[in-house]
Amino acid sequence: MKSFTYERARSPAEAAAAAARTQGAKFIAGGTNLLDLMKLEIETPAHLIDVNGLALDKIEATPDGGLRIGALVRNTDLAADTRVRRDYGVLTRALVAGATGQLRNMATTAGNLLQRTRCPYFYDTNQPCNKRVPGSGCSAIGGFSRQHAVLGVSDACIATHPSDMAVALRALDASVETLRPNGSARKIAIADFHQLPGDKPQVDTVLMPGELITAVTLPKPVGGTHIYRKVRDRASFAFALVSVAAIVQRDGTGRVALGGVAHKPWRVEASEAQMPRGAKAVTSKLLAGARTTKENAYKLPLVERTLASVLAEAKGQA
Amino acid sequence: MQDSSDIKITRREFLITGASSAAAIAWPSSTSAQQSGARPPVISRVSFEVNGKAQELQLDARTTLLDALREHLHFTGSKKGCDQGQCGACTVIINGRRMVSCLTLAVMHQGDKITTIEGLGTPDKLHPMQAAFVKHDGYQCGYCTPGQICSAVAVLDEIKAGIPSHVTADLNAQAQLTPAELRERMSGNICRCGAYSNIVDAITEVSGSKT
Repeated sequence: MKSFTYERARSPAEAAAAAARTQGAKFIAGGTNLLDLMKLEIETPAHLIDVNGLALDKIEATPDGGLRIGALVRNTDLAADTRVRRDYGVLTRALVAGATGQLRNMATTAGNLLQRTRCPYFYDTNQPCNKRVPGSGCSAIGGFSRQHAVLGVSDACIATHPSDMAVALRALDASVETLRPNGSARKIAIADFHQLPGDKPQVDTVLMPGELITAVTLPKPVGGTHIYRKVRDRASFAFALVSVAAIVQRDGTGRVALGGVAHKPWRVEASEAQMPRGAKAVTSKLLAGARTTKENAYKLPLVERTLASVLAEAKGQA
Repeated sequence: MQDSSDIKITRREFLITGASSAAAIAWPSSTSAQQSGARPPVISRVSFEVNGKAQELQLDARTTLLDALREHLHFTGSKKGCDQGQCGACTVIINGRRMVSCLTLAVMHQGDKITTIEGLGTPDKLHPMQAAFVKHDGYQCGYCTPGQICSAVAVLDEIKAGIPSHVTADLNAQAQLTPAELRERMSGNICRCGAYSNIVDAITEVSGSKT
């Protein structure tokens, strides 16, 4: 691990200012992904700003009937919150489908959004990877690509975003609240927060240097049956091959977002009008423009079958 | 390997090196390491409580909590299995929550209360979970066992606190203490000897529920 200087931030404004002022600075909260990457020297921050002391660990009701989740709320506490379990079940289901009890006790809401891909070539410093070393090439294209993205890919990168939580947040139309080094706050729709790889796969999100996530907000509950179905190689502690986050109303209408298929949670609102007509009708729009490799082409029929199963389960519960 | 700047040398350096002895061949790389900003270690202070006793440490900021516990404080019960958060052998309990001590820095735990396997019980006075692991043969080689036991103790508290898991059927009801729940909740602790079913039996006995 490369050496770094370390400070404990005392306020969000101080943290953002310090990050903008110090070259090579990074925030650290749970650290479960960042430290892993620092040990491999894939991440080499010169300065760490520990934000764990900031009072961003509350879940509060918002005036419009939603919830404001502090950036430092641990995944365990978010999943266990009685309001989240009752009104945003898809979020609890997605959270408990991810990682392990130990990691969920450490990982934060903001950190979960900012985790990097688990593409094995990103982790293997002996291999070219445009996300790790821009311009070096993509080893996954033409390599072992069974886990990789099939939607929104580019010639530079076919990595997936590994978060389950973010997929549920996409279905819930969440927003990400941030504080910028100049002291101004902004609110970013989750749909716009993560970026497709394009020709800059090294950039995962729209955050500016020093910009600090302070909260994630959920709009007021939309009701319906909440389901998160994760298909993976083993029953626990594995990343998704594909996952489906769905909110289905009694009349069969609803929302659906996918994980494990793209560089960001994948949702096509225009496909959702087809939900009462079944999975095939939805996926004809949801998966439009897919670009597969020989090894990950199975993901397209797997999405359709998983969605069909989810819709059947929702019908049974309605 | 990854830092190609280590082998980048200027034409001038190349000419000097090329004309000199073997001893000088190592010189360009150490010089360029300075030029590329090799960063000196940073010593940080942290104080926390381990197994009920206050500890104050001065250590390299890079030191993980696991290395601080093992190498600085000599609590060698917690094991370094994978050092990347996948095996759970380093699981300790921090402020009542189980965590993997390999994926967190010691300096991030100012003021925390940390419990390792050494703090749960002693050879003369075993924690009930330790006694149950012995009784049910919940291990073979024993390497993963301290992590398994710390995790198991915390799992029972998590179920009591109503924290749901992936296999909890009804999110709005109290989670039940079933073998399926225990297996899911213990999935972050790997046992390569395969003592899993005996581990489930041991935890079940301590919980007081029936299988």
